[in-house]
Amino acid sequence: MEATIDVTGLHKRFGSTTALDGMTFTVAPGQVTGFVGPNGAGKSTTMRVILGLDAQDEGIALISGQPYRRLRHPLHHVGALLDAAALHPARSGRNHLLWQAHSQGLSARRVDEVLGHTGMESAARRKAGGYSLGMRQRLGIAGALLGDPPVLMLDEPFNGLDPEGIVWMRGFLRELAAEGRAVLVSSHLMSELQDTAGHLVVVGRGKVVADTSVADLIATASGDRVTVRTSARTEAMTVLARAGATVTVSDRDTLTVTGLPSERVVALLGDAAVPFSEISAHRATLEAAYMELTRDAVEFRAATTEETAR
Amino acid sequence: MTDTMIDKITTYRSAQPAGRDGFAQLLRAEWTKFRSVRGWVVAAAVAAVLMILFGILVGNGSHSSVATPEHPEGIVGHPYIPIGPGGEAVTDSFYFVHQPLDGDGSITARITSLTGGVLSGPAGPAGPGAQAPALTAGAVQPWTKAGLIIKANTSQGSAYAAIMVTGAHGVRMQYNYTGDIAGPAWTVSTASPQWLRLTRAGDTISGYASSDGTTWTKVGTARLNGLPTSVSTGMFATSPGQSTFTQNFGGGRGIGSPTVASATFDSINLLGGSSSTAWTGTRIGDAGAPESFDASAGKYTVVGSGDIAPGNGDGSGSGIEHTLTGTFATLTLMVVLGVLFISTEYRRGLIRTSMTASPRRGRILAAKAIVIGAVTFVTGLIGAMITIPISEHFLRANGNFIAPITGLTEVRIVAGTAALLAIAAVLALAIGTIMRRSAGAVAAVIVLVVLPYILGTAGVLSAGASQWLLRIFPAAAFAIQQTIPAYHQVDGTYIPSQGYYPLAPWAGFAVLCAWAAIALGVAIYLLRRRDA
Repeated sequence: MEATIDVTGLHKRFGSTTALDGMTFTVAPGQVTGFVGPNGAGKSTTMRVILGLDAQDEGIALISGQPYRRLRHPLHHVGALLDAAALHPARSGRNHLLWQAHSQGLSARRVDEVLGHTGMESAARRKAGGYSLGMRQRLGIAGALLGDPPVLMLDEPFNGLDPEGIVWMRGFLRELAAEGRAVLVSSHLMSELQDTAGHLVVVGRGKVVADTSVADLIATASGDRVTVRTSARTEAMTVLARAGATVTVSDRDTLTVTGLPSERVVALLGDAAVPFSEISAHRATLEAAYMELTRDAVEFRAATTEETAR
Repeated sequence: MTDTMIDKITTYRSAQPAGRDGFAQLLRAEWTKFRSVRGWVVAAAVAAVLMILFGILVGNGSHSSVATPEHPEGIVGHPYIPIGPGGEAVTDSFYFVHQPLDGDGSITARITSLTGGVLSGPAGPAGPGAQAPALTAGAVQPWTKAGLIIKANTSQGSAYAAIMVTGAHGVRMQYNYTGDIAGPAWTVSTASPQWLRLTRAGDTISGYASSDGTTWTKVGTARLNGLPTSVSTGMFATSPGQSTFTQNFGGGRGIGSPTVASATFDSINLLGGSSSTAWTGTRIGDAGAPESFDASAGKYTVVGSGDIAPGNGDGSGSGIEHTLTGTFATLTLMVVLGVLFISTEYRRGLIRTSMTASPRRGRILAAKAIVIGAVTFVTGLIGAMITIPISEHFLRANGNFIAPITGLTEVRIVAGTAALLAIAAVLALAIGTIMRRSAGAVAAVIVLVVLPYILGTAGVLSAGASQWLLRIFPAAAFAIQQTIPAYHQVDGTYIPSQGYYPLAPWAGFAVLCAWAAIALGVAIYLLRRRDA
């Protein structure tokens, strides 16, 4: 059985609020899948439904083809970190993992192994109440790894990490995915997933807005625009238009070119001996692409709130 | 190197062997949870220590002294309390007019009157310097007794069987202090005398009654195992102290004074191997009232005071369970622990981690119930096993009488106390699951479990209200600690503040179990239904 998370048509209402409205996506093994969307988009609810903690009104959520509640030794199938703060303050981090290990028939040795993987050995015997948020995240990751599962699901693991911790977490997640695991990582900040996620599931208003690879998303948002700064505006427009580009004047000495890659623009202008002082390819950041995608969701929610208020 | 560079994805396969996933693993996980919060372990230890401390306080704070001719100011000790053939403390005070009876035989007599008298003035055994009390004629007490008796010997607490008329309970056959068989509901007066007969055949003694001396009704049969061949038989009269105890909101009030019975017999017929024909009058015990015997023209008037019955007369303050007064303190701590064992998981969001580790939610609660139940049981068991001997030592050193109990009863109160605490902790766990919030659930459990016990036994409510509290609330289970049963043939103050519970030990315990079972059922239902 391939390690996957399959979510199909999840619907869930809390009173009059629709939390999930047809959430559908698949998490494939071997890469980190970013699960992004604004706060309240339904990321945590989806994860709770996948883990059998919340009951969906409609739809199916499967881990490697099976509903979570049907799994025996579930921690061997999927490791999850929902809330790093879910600790008893008087219990040591090691004991927090130990009871989970015991529940799956695992030994204390495995606990010490995962504490080693996450760099938590030194703090493990201290009371968890004194842990920083970063330590709690590491402990939570350690807990998710206890059963050495092929599927990992982490809710906002970057929260509270210092820059060094963020770098560590990114590397760690990539390593886990490289081993062939399916890794789903939620975040409300796209920037956190930059250079980590290979695939993105962007959600808003309880459903998927975009389900795409990171490269495709950036390409779509960038839209192939090239900016040319030149003193010979008219000549440049003629040369480029003749080559099939759409050229618009954006300033006294600036042109915006679409339909041609930047290398081609450089070559054409060079061949025609048109002087130019700067050519820049416009490349959207992941953040900008994401903002564009989710703007609708945010606007829609604002509108809905008004309607409800009325 | 990034993930995108992997051409062919091979799904991850763990090299780690899968552990066992059974209920035993879940139990172990819950035990690890409990023992890894030091505050909880300390609280359980403190709970046991509290029981011991209360036991020491009870033992240290209870003093008993008796006045003797040599020590009129009193010395540490208690009045002699006889022990019956069944091993229990008994009352054995009456006036006995007797002859020896060797082997099988029978005794028959007609009883022509039964009247009573009340002793006014200070009660209790007359010591030097005590005022001479005055006897005034009065109504017979309901359990004033007069009739025929066959008794192993004239020492207090020896085996016996008797047929008697009573003040208000008709003809009775009683034996070995606890045995009581009701006969015809006849009363005695000069106009309607009654006939009584006892026969002995080996260890078996049968009692008969007749209103005319010709037609006899068999009242009952008693088997007195090991009754010696030579016994004493004859007429007796006795009358228990008159006492009233009223309890109302705010406290109780008791008054008591000794009473006497005066019974007249004639037509005495003793058949069987008797070595003597003269009747001897003997005062058995001392109930604090004048007793006598007068024979003239075949009529015998016997005046006696006291009782032949189970219990040590006042029926209070002598049960070993008083050493376990601290149970309520242990209970309070352990029910709080029972609530926190689950409510802290809700508070911290840990319940989701638990349910992720074990998606079968009913099993989580079952494992938790077993762990908190077992921890509490062991806490209670250790507490009670240490408390009883220590407190008993102090009580005895201070001269107190402790009613003897059988080994089985001792096991029942020790194991029962532990079980009562354990089931109460499970009930608390269930309430914690239902309510999910620590503060609310702790308050609810204290109000439901601890408060009714305190209200019911502190003597602040009326006896009726106390009894209802201890019938319907989980605190009914405290009945399991009661060592001295209430006897219907003794008019005692059978109210909770005196240590008498309205339900039988196991019935009271069953009330608690029912509460816990229902609460667990509701908790499991909600746990399965609710989103975590």
